[in-house]
Amino acid sequence: MENQAKNELIVVSGLCKSFRINKKKILNVLNDIDYTIYEGQKIAIIGPSGSGKSTFLRCLNCMEDPTGGSIFFEGEDLADMKVDINRHRENIGMVFQQFNLFNNKTVIQNIMLAPVHLGIKKAGGLFAKPAVKKQIKEQAKENALKLLRRIGLEEKANVYPSTLSGGQKQRIAIARALAMNPKVMLFDEPTSALDPEMVGEVLDLIKELANEGMTMVIVTHEMGFAREVADRILFMDGGRITEEGTPEEIFKHPKNPRLQEFLSKVL
Amino acid sequence: MDFAHQWEKFWLLFYTNGGYKRVFSEGLVNTLQIAILGLAIGIVIGTLIAAVKVMPKYKVLPRILDGVCNVYVGFFRGTPLVVQLLMAYYVIFPLIGVTVSSLNTCILVFGLNSGAYVAEIMRAGIQSVDRGQMEAGRAVGLSYAATMMKIVVPQAVKNILPTLGNEFIALIKDTSVVSFVAATDLYKIFTEIGNKNYEYLAPYLMMAIFYIVLVLGITLLVKLLESRMQRADR
Repeated sequence: MENQAKNELIVVSGLCKSFRINKKKILNVLNDIDYTIYEGQKIAIIGPSGSGKSTFLRCLNCMEDPTGGSIFFEGEDLADMKVDINRHRENIGMVFQQFNLFNNKTVIQNIMLAPVHLGIKKAGGLFAKPAVKKQIKEQAKENALKLLRRIGLEEKANVYPSTLSGGQKQRIAIARALAMNPKVMLFDEPTSALDPEMVGEVLDLIKELANEGMTMVIVTHEMGFAREVADRILFMDGGRITEEGTPEEIFKHPKNPRLQEFLSKVL
Repeated sequence: MDFAHQWEKFWLLFYTNGGYKRVFSEGLVNTLQIAILGLAIGIVIGTLIAAVKVMPKYKVLPRILDGVCNVYVGFFRGTPLVVQLLMAYYVIFPLIGVTVSSLNTCILVFGLNSGAYVAEIMRAGIQSVDRGQMEAGRAVGLSYAATMMKIVVPQAVKNILPTLGNEFIALIKDTSVVSFVAATDLYKIFTEIGNKNYEYLAPYLMMAIFYIVLVLGITLLVKLLESRMQRADR
């Protein structure tokens, strides 16, 4: 870790997020968070429910617009409304708890949609030459098949998501995010909606990605997995990062009393 | 004046003398044309309005568009269809000095009118699609509009297909008022048949049969389409 060249990928500074419940009440979910994510890091976020883990993760690609502070991704502030967020989201893959595969598209269309649509848009949109369009499509298809082969679901290419098991759906959701060749992957409790039997296959795939050096941020309740895969662990409570460290530090020598209590309950 | 006698006289006009040819070539064709093209225009307008309605409203432009849509929907749902037809044909078009044929006026007004109703149907349909679908689209870098067109609206349309079928049926039935602006439809043709000997019993009975066969046939078509679309998901 020390001798690795550390390039800052995402710099979060002073991040605040609050939701307005009604006219009088405002709920502060994130309170002034500062954190820097370096290239190649695998970060797991743990914490009790309601602590702001998911909101923090969703702020990283502005799925939730921050109400204060900045998120610098490759030097540009994503929290600035003038920044073209769509261009940056291509480089930030996201995997959801509920998979969110496109129900009206087959598996391969799910994976191909964004590369084809955005590729054609960059080539001139409606005015792109048919030959160029065809080439983009073929390339996206080839890439999608490669991804499907990799996750072992090649034979499911032409079925609709409703026929798949949860584990299969989540692996395809990961493949869909990978199809854009993202620089960082965000996982929002990727195994929480799965049957116990299916958890393993999804975690194995995430581990594989981690071993290939993909930068990733994972919100998870799977402590064993966090310990094994992550090189940094954040413990969040009450909208703040209350403890941060290597898995060794966090799990063996927790300092924060709330973290000690949390670990004694979940381990 | 028994029924059999009346029917015989009508049949002479309707079948033997070839009255049915006009029923099909003008009446039925126009009725269907107004309803189908009207619904097509209505779906386009309705989708646009619904898209505005479900847009996040923290910028100025969506708010202005929202206001415009509210006025539009308010007007077309707040006035009778006949009034809208008369307004277009006898007030608005002469005032701006354009000549539009009766049939085209009807298609246009039916389209504008059904747009206001389809908007509500479509909005409900869009809101019935899981929010995660929009989030997933945005997360891979697609714009709001692209996600809407490629992911959300196709699923919404599937959810509201039965309701859209009902809207189409309502349009078909509403076409019976187009003779207010001198357009020819089923009602007009059958009235003309009756006018020949001032006997309306049989012609209007036949007209009712035409409408009900049309409506039942479309109900069946919508059901078939619906089950086909459901199968596409399996």
